Amino acid sequence: MRFTRPEPALPTDSDIDLEIPSQRTETHWPVVVAISTGGVLGALARYGIAQAWPTPVGGFPWATFVINVTGCLLIGALMVVVTDLAPRQRLLRPFLGVGVLGGYTTFSTYAVEIRNLIAAGAPGTAALYLLATLAAACAAVFAGLTVARVVTWLVTA
Amino acid sequence: MTLLLVVAGAALGAPARYLTDRAIQRLHSGHFPFGTLIVNVVGSLILGLAAGGTATTSGVYALVGTGFCGALTTYSTFGYETVRLLEQHAPRRALANAAVSIAAGLGAAFAGVAIGTAVWH
Repeated sequence: MRFTRPEPALPTDSDIDLEIPSQRTETHWPVVVAISTGGVLGALARYGIAQAWPTPVGGFPWATFVINVTGCLLIGALMVVVTDLAPRQRLLRPFLGVGVLGGYTTFSTYAVEIRNLIAAGAPGTAALYLLATLAAACAAVFAGLTVARVVTWLVTA
Repeated sequence: MTLLLVVAGAALGAPARYLTDRAIQRLHSGHFPFGTLIVNVVGSLILGLAAGGTATTSGVYALVGTGFCGALTTYSTFGYETVRLLEQHAPRRALANAAVSIAAGLGAAFAGVAIGTAVWH
Protein backbone atom coordinates (compact mmCIF):
# COMPACT_ATOMS: atom_id res chain seq x y z
CA MET A 1 0.00 0.00 0.00
CA ARG A 2 1.36 3.45 -0.94
CA PHE A 3 0.28 6.56 0.86
CA THR A 4 2.19 9.25 -1.03
CA ARG A 5 3.05 10.17 -4.57
CA PRO A 6 5.33 7.66 -6.31
CA GLU A 7 9.06 7.50 -6.56
CA PRO A 8 10.68 10.88 -7.36
CA ALA A 9 8.86 12.57 -4.43
CA LEU A 10 11.42 11.43 -1.86
CA PRO A 11 15.11 11.96 -2.61
CA THR A 12 17.71 9.19 -2.26
CA ASP A 13 20.10 11.39 -0.28
CA SER A 14 18.43 13.16 2.64
CA ASP A 15 21.30 15.65 2.90
CA ILE A 16 21.55 16.71 -0.73
CA ASP A 17 18.71 16.12 -3.17
CA LEU A 18 20.45 14.46 -6.12
CA GLU A 19 17.48 15.31 -8.36
CA ILE A 20 18.09 19.05 -7.97
CA PRO A 21 21.41 19.97 -9.67
CA SER A 22 21.70 23.34 -7.86
CA GLN A 23 21.85 21.57 -4.48
CA ARG A 24 25.21 20.12 -5.51
CA THR A 25 26.71 23.54 -6.27
CA GLU A 26 25.20 26.71 -4.76
CA THR A 27 26.13 27.60 -1.20
CA HIS A 28 23.40 29.22 0.88
CA TRP A 29 24.91 30.52 4.09
CA PRO A 30 21.66 30.43 6.12
CA VAL A 31 21.57 26.70 5.27
CA VAL A 32 25.16 26.21 6.51
CA VAL A 33 24.38 28.07 9.75
CA ALA A 34 21.19 26.02 10.27
CA ILE A 35 23.19 22.80 9.76
CA SER A 36 25.91 23.89 12.18
CA THR A 37 23.40 24.91 14.88
CA GLY A 38 21.42 21.71 14.46
CA GLY A 39 24.63 19.65 14.51
CA VAL A 40 25.60 21.13 17.88
CA LEU A 41 22.18 20.30 19.40
CA GLY A 42 22.28 16.76 18.04
CA ALA A 43 25.85 16.19 19.23
CA LEU A 44 24.99 17.46 22.74
CA ALA A 45 22.06 15.01 22.94
CA ARG A 46 24.36 12.17 21.81
CA TYR A 47 27.06 13.24 24.30
CA GLY A 48 24.51 13.38 27.15
CA ILE A 49 23.15 9.90 26.41
CA ALA A 50 26.66 8.44 26.04
CA GLN A 51 27.75 9.99 29.38
CA ALA A 52 24.66 8.70 31.19
CA TRP A 53 24.95 5.21 29.68
CA PRO A 54 28.62 4.18 29.49
CA THR A 55 29.57 0.92 27.76
CA PRO A 56 31.84 -1.47 29.71
CA VAL A 57 34.87 -2.86 27.82
CA GLY A 58 33.68 -5.79 25.69
CA GLY A 59 30.00 -4.94 26.32
CA PHE A 60 27.28 -4.22 23.79
CA PRO A 61 27.30 -0.44 23.02
CA TRP A 62 23.64 0.19 23.89
CA ALA A 63 23.93 3.99 23.97
CA THR A 64 25.17 4.30 20.36
CA PHE A 65 22.75 1.59 19.24
CA VAL A 66 19.74 3.44 20.67
CA ILE A 67 21.02 6.81 19.38
CA ASN A 68 21.46 5.53 15.82
CA VAL A 69 18.16 3.61 15.70
CA THR A 70 16.06 6.47 17.13
CA GLY A 71 17.81 8.91 14.75
CA CYS A 72 16.87 6.64 11.83
CA LEU A 73 13.22 6.46 12.97
CA LEU A 74 13.11 10.27 13.07
CA ILE A 75 14.82 10.84 9.66
CA GLY A 76 12.25 8.55 8.00
CA ALA A 77 9.37 10.53 9.46
CA LEU A 78 11.08 13.88 8.87
CA MET A 79 11.71 13.28 5.17
CA VAL A 80 8.02 12.59 4.51
CA VAL A 81 7.00 15.65 6.54
CA VAL A 82 9.40 18.05 4.79
CA THR A 83 8.60 16.64 1.34
CA ASP A 84 4.81 16.32 1.60
CA LEU A 85 3.55 18.45 4.48
CA ALA A 86 5.98 21.38 4.70
CA PRO A 87 7.79 21.68 1.32
CA ARG A 88 8.13 25.46 1.66
CA GLN A 89 10.06 25.37 4.94
CA ARG A 90 13.48 25.54 3.26
CA LEU A 91 15.56 25.50 6.45
CA LEU A 92 13.61 22.71 8.17
CA ARG A 93 15.43 19.86 6.46
CA PRO A 94 18.94 21.37 6.76
CA PHE A 95 18.34 22.15 10.45
CA LEU A 96 16.59 18.94 11.59
CA GLY A 97 17.78 16.38 9.05
CA VAL A 98 21.32 17.35 8.09
CA GLY A 99 22.04 19.15 11.37
CA VAL A 100 20.24 17.70 14.41
CA LEU A 101 19.88 14.08 13.24
CA GLY A 102 23.24 14.08 11.43
CA GLY A 103 24.94 15.42 14.56
CA TYR A 104 22.98 13.07 16.83
CA THR A 105 23.69 9.82 14.96
CA THR A 106 27.23 8.67 14.32
CA PHE A 107 28.85 6.21 11.96
CA SER A 108 32.42 6.75 13.19
CA THR A 109 31.63 5.74 16.80
CA TYR A 110 29.83 2.64 15.45
CA ALA A 111 32.91 1.66 13.38
CA VAL A 112 35.41 2.28 16.20
CA GLU A 113 33.21 0.42 18.73
CA ILE A 114 33.12 -2.66 16.45
CA ARG A 115 36.91 -2.41 16.13
CA ASN A 116 37.27 -2.12 19.92
CA LEU A 117 35.00 -5.14 20.54
CA ILE A 118 37.11 -7.24 18.17
CA ALA A 119 40.33 -5.97 19.83
CA ALA A 120 38.86 -6.77 23.29
CA GLY A 121 38.34 -10.40 22.24
CA ALA A 122 34.56 -10.19 21.79
CA PRO A 123 34.10 -10.84 18.04
CA GLY A 124 30.63 -12.33 18.62
CA THR A 125 29.38 -9.15 20.30
CA ALA A 126 31.08 -7.12 17.52
CA ALA A 127 29.25 -9.09 14.80
CA LEU A 128 25.95 -8.89 16.70
CA TYR A 129 26.35 -5.12 17.19
CA LEU A 130 27.29 -4.60 13.51
CA LEU A 131 24.29 -6.51 12.14
CA ALA A 132 21.74 -5.52 14.80
CA THR A 133 22.42 -1.81 14.27
CA LEU A 134 22.16 -2.13 10.47
CA ALA A 135 18.93 -4.17 10.63
CA ALA A 136 17.28 -2.06 13.33
CA ALA A 137 18.33 1.20 11.64
CA CYS A 138 16.83 0.18 8.29
CA ALA A 139 13.67 -1.12 9.98
CA ALA A 140 13.44 2.18 11.91
CA VAL A 141 13.76 4.29 8.74
CA PHE A 142 11.05 2.18 7.11
CA ALA A 143 8.81 2.48 10.20
CA GLY A 144 9.33 6.26 10.30
CA LEU A 145 8.53 6.59 6.60
CA THR A 146 5.45 4.38 6.88
CA VAL A 147 3.96 6.09 9.95
CA ALA A 148 4.54 9.54 8.43
CA ARG A 149 3.02 8.41 5.10
CA VAL A 150 -0.10 7.13 6.89
CA VAL A 151 -0.39 10.40 8.84
CA THR A 152 0.15 12.46 5.65
CA TRP A 153 -2.47 10.39 3.87
CA LEU A 154 -4.97 10.90 6.72
CA VAL A 155 -4.25 14.64 6.92
CA THR A 156 -4.45 15.31 3.17
CA ALA A 157 -7.26 12.85 2.32
CA MET B 1 34.97 22.78 29.33
CA THR B 2 34.46 19.35 27.75
CA LEU B 3 30.98 20.42 26.72
CA LEU B 4 32.36 23.50 24.94
CA LEU B 5 34.85 21.35 23.03
CA VAL B 6 32.03 19.01 21.91
CA VAL B 7 30.03 22.09 20.79
CA ALA B 8 33.00 23.53 18.85
CA GLY B 9 33.74 20.21 17.13
CA ALA B 10 30.11 19.60 16.19
CA ALA B 11 29.64 23.18 14.93
CA LEU B 12 32.39 22.43 12.37
CA GLY B 13 31.65 18.73 11.78
CA ALA B 14 28.01 18.99 10.64
CA PRO B 15 28.59 21.65 7.94
CA ALA B 16 31.81 19.85 6.93
CA ARG B 17 29.67 16.77 6.14
CA TYR B 18 27.25 18.83 4.11
CA LEU B 19 29.95 20.67 2.12
CA THR B 20 32.04 17.51 1.52
CA ASP B 21 28.98 15.47 0.54
CA ARG B 22 28.05 18.19 -1.93
CA ALA B 23 31.54 18.53 -3.36
CA ILE B 24 31.59 14.77 -4.01
CA GLN B 25 28.07 14.65 -5.48
CA ARG B 26 29.08 17.43 -7.86
CA LEU B 27 31.70 15.12 -9.39
CA HIS B 28 29.14 12.66 -10.75
CA SER B 29 25.58 12.75 -12.04
CA GLY B 30 24.37 9.37 -10.76
CA HIS B 31 22.16 8.54 -7.81
CA PHE B 32 24.50 6.49 -5.67
CA PRO B 33 25.17 8.30 -2.35
CA PHE B 34 29.00 8.39 -2.64
CA GLY B 35 29.19 11.60 -0.56
CA THR B 36 27.86 10.10 2.67
CA LEU B 37 29.89 6.94 2.14
CA ILE B 38 33.17 8.84 1.83
CA VAL B 39 32.40 11.20 4.73
CA ASN B 40 31.59 8.22 6.99
CA VAL B 41 34.80 6.38 6.05
CA VAL B 42 36.99 9.48 6.50
CA GLY B 43 35.29 10.24 9.85
CA SER B 44 35.91 6.66 11.01
CA LEU B 45 39.61 7.05 10.15
CA ILE B 46 39.89 10.35 12.07
CA LEU B 47 37.99 8.96 15.10
CA GLY B 48 40.32 5.94 15.02
CA LEU B 49 43.34 8.27 15.04
CA ALA B 50 41.87 10.17 18.00
CA ALA B 51 40.99 6.97 19.89
CA GLY B 52 44.46 5.51 19.28
CA GLY B 53 46.34 8.72 19.99
CA THR B 54 44.55 10.14 23.04
CA ALA B 55 42.47 8.97 26.01
CA THR B 56 38.71 9.16 25.42
CA THR B 57 38.51 11.44 28.49
CA SER B 58 40.89 14.04 26.95
CA GLY B 59 39.89 17.44 25.61
CA VAL B 60 41.31 16.58 22.18
CA TYR B 61 39.00 13.55 22.00
CA ALA B 62 35.97 15.66 23.01
CA LEU B 63 36.77 18.20 20.26
CA VAL B 64 37.97 15.94 17.44
CA GLY B 65 36.20 12.66 18.32
CA THR B 66 32.88 13.27 20.07
CA GLY B 67 32.29 16.70 18.53
CA PHE B 68 33.79 16.79 15.05
CA CYS B 69 33.75 13.12 13.97
CA GLY B 70 30.40 12.46 15.66
CA ALA B 71 28.76 15.30 13.76
CA LEU B 72 30.75 14.70 10.55
CA THR B 73 29.57 11.11 10.26
CA THR B 74 25.94 10.04 10.22
CA TYR B 75 23.96 6.85 10.60
CA SER B 76 20.57 8.46 9.91
CA THR B 77 21.49 9.57 6.38
CA PHE B 78 23.25 6.24 5.73
CA GLY B 79 20.18 4.28 6.92
CA TYR B 80 17.78 6.51 5.02
CA GLU B 81 19.76 6.20 1.77
CA THR B 82 19.95 2.41 2.10
CA VAL B 83 16.17 2.12 2.61
CA ARG B 84 15.45 4.54 -0.25
CA LEU B 85 17.62 2.47 -2.61
CA LEU B 86 15.61 -0.60 -1.54
CA GLU B 87 12.32 1.24 -2.16
CA GLN B 88 13.56 2.33 -5.60
CA HIS B 89 13.99 -1.37 -6.48
CA ALA B 90 17.79 -1.17 -6.40
CA PRO B 91 18.52 -3.91 -3.84
CA ARG B 92 22.06 -4.50 -5.11
CA ARG B 93 22.92 -0.82 -4.74
CA ALA B 94 21.38 -0.82 -1.25
CA LEU B 95 23.42 -3.87 -0.29
CA ALA B 96 26.57 -2.38 -1.87
CA ASN B 97 26.04 0.89 0.03
CA ALA B 98 25.69 -0.95 3.36
CA ALA B 99 28.50 -3.46 2.74
CA VAL B 100 31.04 -0.98 1.36
CA SER B 101 30.24 1.66 4.03
CA ILE B 102 30.63 -0.80 6.89
CA ALA B 103 33.65 -2.69 5.48
CA ALA B 104 35.53 0.49 4.56
CA GLY B 105 34.49 2.28 7.79
CA LEU B 106 35.68 -0.66 9.89
CA GLY B 107 38.95 -0.87 7.92
CA ALA B 108 39.45 2.87 8.42
CA ALA B 109 38.77 2.52 12.18
CA PHE B 110 41.37 -0.30 12.48
CA ALA B 111 43.92 1.69 10.46
CA GLY B 112 43.22 4.89 12.40
CA VAL B 113 43.67 3.30 15.84
CA ALA B 114 46.88 1.54 14.70
CA ILE B 115 48.37 4.73 13.24
CA GLY B 116 47.21 6.87 16.20
CA THR B 117 48.75 4.45 18.69
CA ALA B 118 52.04 4.22 16.74
CA VAL B 119 52.43 7.99 16.25
CA TRP B 120 51.29 9.45 19.59
CA HIS B 121 52.17 6.76 22.11
